[in-house]
Amino acid sequence: MRDGSPYAQELALFGTRARRIRLAAALAVLAALPFVATPFLLDLANQVLLACIGALALMLLTGFAGLISLGTAGLLAAGAYCVGVLVREVGAPFWITLPAAAVLGALLGLIFGLPSLRLRGLYLAISTLGLHFVVVYLGGEYEAREVLSTGVMIDSPSIGGFTLSSGRAWYFALLAFAALALLISVNLQRSRTGRAWRALRERDIVASALGIDVQRFKLMAFMVSATMTAVAGALFAYFRNFVSIDAFSLYLTVQYLAMIIIGGMGSIPGALLGAGFVILFPYAIEAIAAYLPERFSNMEFAIDYAAFGVVMILFLLLEPAGLMGIWQRLRNSFAARRAPAVLSRDRR
Amino acid sequence: MSLQLVANVVVLAAIYALVSTGYVLVYRVSRVLNLAHGELMMVGAYFLVSTAGLFSSNPILALVLAALCGLVMGVLVYVVLMRWMTGEAVLAAVLITIALGILLRGLSILIWTTQQFYPAAMFGWRNPPVHVAPGVQISAASLAIVCLTIVVYIGLFVFLQFTRWGVRMRAAGQSPLLAEQRGIRLHAVYAVAWGLSTFTASLAGMLLALDSGVESTMATIGLKAFPAALVGGLDSLLGAAIGALIVAAAEIAAIQYVNPLLSDVVPFLVLLIVLAIRPWGLFGSREQLDRV
Repeated sequence: MRDGSPYAQELALFGTRARRIRLAAALAVLAALPFVATPFLLDLANQVLLACIGALALMLLTGFAGLISLGTAGLLAAGAYCVGVLVREVGAPFWITLPAAAVLGALLGLIFGLPSLRLRGLYLAISTLGLHFVVVYLGGEYEAREVLSTGVMIDSPSIGGFTLSSGRAWYFALLAFAALALLISVNLQRSRTGRAWRALRERDIVASALGIDVQRFKLMAFMVSATMTAVAGALFAYFRNFVSIDAFSLYLTVQYLAMIIIGGMGSIPGALLGAGFVILFPYAIEAIAAYLPERFSNMEFAIDYAAFGVVMILFLLLEPAGLMGIWQRLRNSFAARRAPAVLSRDRR
Repeated sequence: MSLQLVANVVVLAAIYALVSTGYVLVYRVSRVLNLAHGELMMVGAYFLVSTAGLFSSNPILALVLAALCGLVMGVLVYVVLMRWMTGEAVLAAVLITIALGILLRGLSILIWTTQQFYPAAMFGWRNPPVHVAPGVQISAASLAIVCLTIVVYIGLFVFLQFTRWGVRMRAAGQSPLLAEQRGIRLHAVYAVAWGLSTFTASLAGMLLALDSGVESTMATIGLKAFPAALVGGLDSLLGAAIGALIVAAAEIAAIQYVNPLLSDVVPFLVLLIVLAIRPWGLFGSREQLDRV
């Protein structure tokens, strides 16, 4: 296809000048951040980047393909345990464990996805919940058999003498992985696959009447999403130098679901916003909890649970389009206040 | 399998059966899957802790008051929260019950802390083992759970089959549109279903608390009762009872003969098998299942 054709323009990620400027500005900020942030802020940024990968994966599956999954924590655990077991048993380096986690993720995605061929809606959510418990059991069983009361320790990954252990090094590594996940998500979403997924989400009978191979695209959604989630789990294991099954409770799944709800279902920037919101939320609660009466000191986690539940409920009831919905509304009301001529120029 | 194992299976099945009635009631009437059911059960048990603290000299009053609190809690959950979800997508309703579960978990720790409570001790009751057959003993509270489960099932059967409100509930479950056109107030019916659902869950939670105390991990038992409801068929009460027996037998057998760690997984393994073979459950209605 010739460059400059309308279709190529449509496909170009950074087609317009404004977009290129915005991207350059964002990159500059992201690159400068680790050099000005305190270690604590850097750790927060790393956690957000890690969560972004999982949130994007769940957004592809639930937000775009409309397939409900309660298996995020199970898949993260599978990725983390893949690293843990390989490192402990054979001392595998990270360039073996990460692909292994990806392959395991794809395989589990296939298994998690098989029920989706026969079930949908509620029943699908339940079967992924069942698989969550199976994965968590297998991890716990490994810990019990190896008598690891504290979980599996994992050394930081190293490449020819350079060890990935400082917060700053991790920041750039995680930024690269998150950017890759973002690129994959954006490209899938705006290509034939993404259109097929959206058709599936709206009505799968219509989708199949339009000639979309429903089974193939459903399984594909599960496999892509599970692979990304498992890799995120593997990175989590290396990032924390430590794997323990206690980290992968059902609450973790709820947190990832909250990310895509709060961010805004069916929106890729929404997944990123939601990841940031959910990761930073407990720290905000902690700051507020300092002003609460003595009785509630050292109960931050309970306050966190309660507040988190309230926020999720409020978003589901009042703003189902999430933070992205609020942002769109603000932008529209701002744009409407400007001259209508500006609006029509933007549309062009 | 020895007789003692059979007794253990019956007790566990009674717990699962009692809890799963709540899942079935709400699902059958309003097609909502309530994933906060375990947390609601736990809060019901905590109500007993509070009333036992207030009326330790009068256990009957404390028990009745706590059960009524459980009933009111369910109606409130519907009126304040779930009412806004009628007609919304299945996903949104399930997500909101998940959020409710997290909220209740946090609130219950804030109110009752993470400490373990023994309401039986607060009443000055002991929980002696009872010989139900030669060489077979279960705790008195367990025996009470089995008896109560039978009473609740008979009560619910009579209620759904013969009373005015029961008929309304079945009608609303079969066809909300037709039911509403016949003058049945759907919101009232749904509120009653939620109230009954948390009422039975609270009863289960209270008796479990009398048997072995209550702490913040009790909600897990509620979640494990869900496979029982689904194995039997989500809209069948009889199915829930038989599903509870199957799940309990599988769980006890796995603990006894394979590995105690399996306890938390077995119900969900049974669930996965049933979903693969017969997703509408043993007694569920097939045509209403949201299937591809």
